[in-house]
Amino acid sequence: MIKVEGLTKRYGRTVAVRNIDFEVEKGQIVGFLGPNGAGKTTTMRILTCFMPPSEGTASVAGYDVLERPIEVKKRIGYLPEMPPLYPEMEVTEYLTFVGKLKGIPSADLARRVKEVVERCAVTDVVGKLIAKLSKGYRQRVGLAQAIIHNPEVLILDEPTAGLDPKQIHETRGLIRSLAGEHTIILSTHILSEVEQTCDHVIIISKGEVVAKDSVENLTSRLRGQATVALEIEGRSGTLEAAEIQHKLEQVGGVSKVAAHETRNGRHSFEVETQPGQDIRGDLARAVVESGWNLNELRATALSLEEVFLELTAAEKSTEGEKA
Amino acid sequence: MRNVWTICQKELKSYFASPIAYLAMAMFAVIFGFFFWNVVAYFVEMSLQSQMMGRSFPMDVNEMVIRPLLMNTSVIGLFLIPMIAMRLFSEEKRSMTIELLLTSPLHDAEIVIGKWLAAMGLYATLLLISALDMAFLFAYGRPDWKPLLAGYLGLLLQAGALLALGAFISTLTKNQIIAGIVTFSVCLLLWVFEWVGGYETAAWAKVMAYMSVISHFEPFAKGVIDSKDAVYFLSLIFLGLFLSVRSLESLRWRS
Repeated sequence: MIKVEGLTKRYGRTVAVRNIDFEVEKGQIVGFLGPNGAGKTTTMRILTCFMPPSEGTASVAGYDVLERPIEVKKRIGYLPEMPPLYPEMEVTEYLTFVGKLKGIPSADLARRVKEVVERCAVTDVVGKLIAKLSKGYRQRVGLAQAIIHNPEVLILDEPTAGLDPKQIHETRGLIRSLAGEHTIILSTHILSEVEQTCDHVIIISKGEVVAKDSVENLTSRLRGQATVALEIEGRSGTLEAAEIQHKLEQVGGVSKVAAHETRNGRHSFEVETQPGQDIRGDLARAVVESGWNLNELRATALSLEEVFLELTAAEKSTEGEKA
Repeated sequence: MRNVWTICQKELKSYFASPIAYLAMAMFAVIFGFFFWNVVAYFVEMSLQSQMMGRSFPMDVNEMVIRPLLMNTSVIGLFLIPMIAMRLFSEEKRSMTIELLLTSPLHDAEIVIGKWLAAMGLYATLLLISALDMAFLFAYGRPDWKPLLAGYLGLLLQAGALLALGAFISTLTKNQIIAGIVTFSVCLLLWVFEWVGGYETAAWAKVMAYMSVISHFEPFAKGVIDSKDAVYFLSLIFLGLFLSVRSLESLRWRS
């Protein structure tokens, strides 16, 4: 449905997006994940024909954004980061205006407006001036204008930014409910949002794609590499960290042991296990049988968050403090 | 065509939903009313004097009332047009609603023409107010209506040209005030260029004088529709609209 090849966008000397490739199949919800300034908005603006690419091509439903912009625009619903609302208009008036812009025949216009108003749960504010609406309602009116012409592709730029937790929950539900009929690309810098709403994720950093996969694959790839945090204390007298480390390395299924800090005779370790093995019991037994106290033992799965940080911050090493 | 009308309607609504339209109408009514009273009072004074002196030639309402009033209206337009034009694109750029227009399936030219027509509509409403005052001349006198019509045509053409330039200037900035000031300066310069022709006869002076709006409006005020003047205004309209479309396009490349 959406195909992007070798896409590059430069603003003067700065490169906002460098040589991006990706494809989105019909009906997918794809999360566009990256820190602020990574190039998410730029990519979306190119897809919506708001601006042309410097190099490369992008096409929506088989139409090139440079050659057939009108055909592309007909098939896209776009919610920019700041919903494009006219404060002096009433909600119905605004949606009717957008409907006309998008080329809905006059005969269907009133019906479509009514449908999206119900769909986006803005029924109780239809007669109000947009200037008087709360942030949550504005976002929903923004979403309503994006879907009014029932587009094949929906492009949502940070649809939950600035909303309170309840509104975020509602908006996510609304987006998920749209999934069947539309192909959706949504950008965000919140990981849990991708986990909760998307099938696929494209991680973008400094204008380049650093990972693209289904959300399931990405998380299971991470789950395989579980780590266990331990805190061990000698029962009497001093205990050398090296001695414990040696002992832990002998436990079956351990791939790496890293000694962290030692405080008041308590030693913390982090043990990486081989994929697919739960060796917490073995570790506990090894410690206790050596006559040491096991103060704490806890599994710390690598979260999507950590992978995200690793992928997006190249200089950050994996040997960081982990909570 | 439907898209042009959609944009035009929306634009007219936002003029009339905000104080802009009413303020412009009120200011225009007061200023034009003052000029009208001034010119008519002078005319009455003069005709009384000529009666007392026993002159019998009739005084010409067209020449002594309508023509100066049309010239005055043209000057008032000079001040009001920047105010009407300045928000056309600047406001959309500032509030980012331009993103909606530029990602909707319509051509840039349709957006520009729709907005320009709406601005023309507001200006025509102002002229309608002046026509109310003018109607009194017909109630109490017998002026020729054809020169008056030519005058209004000239006013519309002049406004069309300046509004098109104003629309272009408005595409260049997010700041309405800047758009307003620049448009006003352009309007004023296009006005006073004529003065050069008064003392200088070199070719450059002739070009400057030709560029002046006033030298092309004056014949209309006299009731003369010269194709040379109409072409001048029509080409300015085309130039302004063309530059606006180009500027919108470049907005995509630059932004």
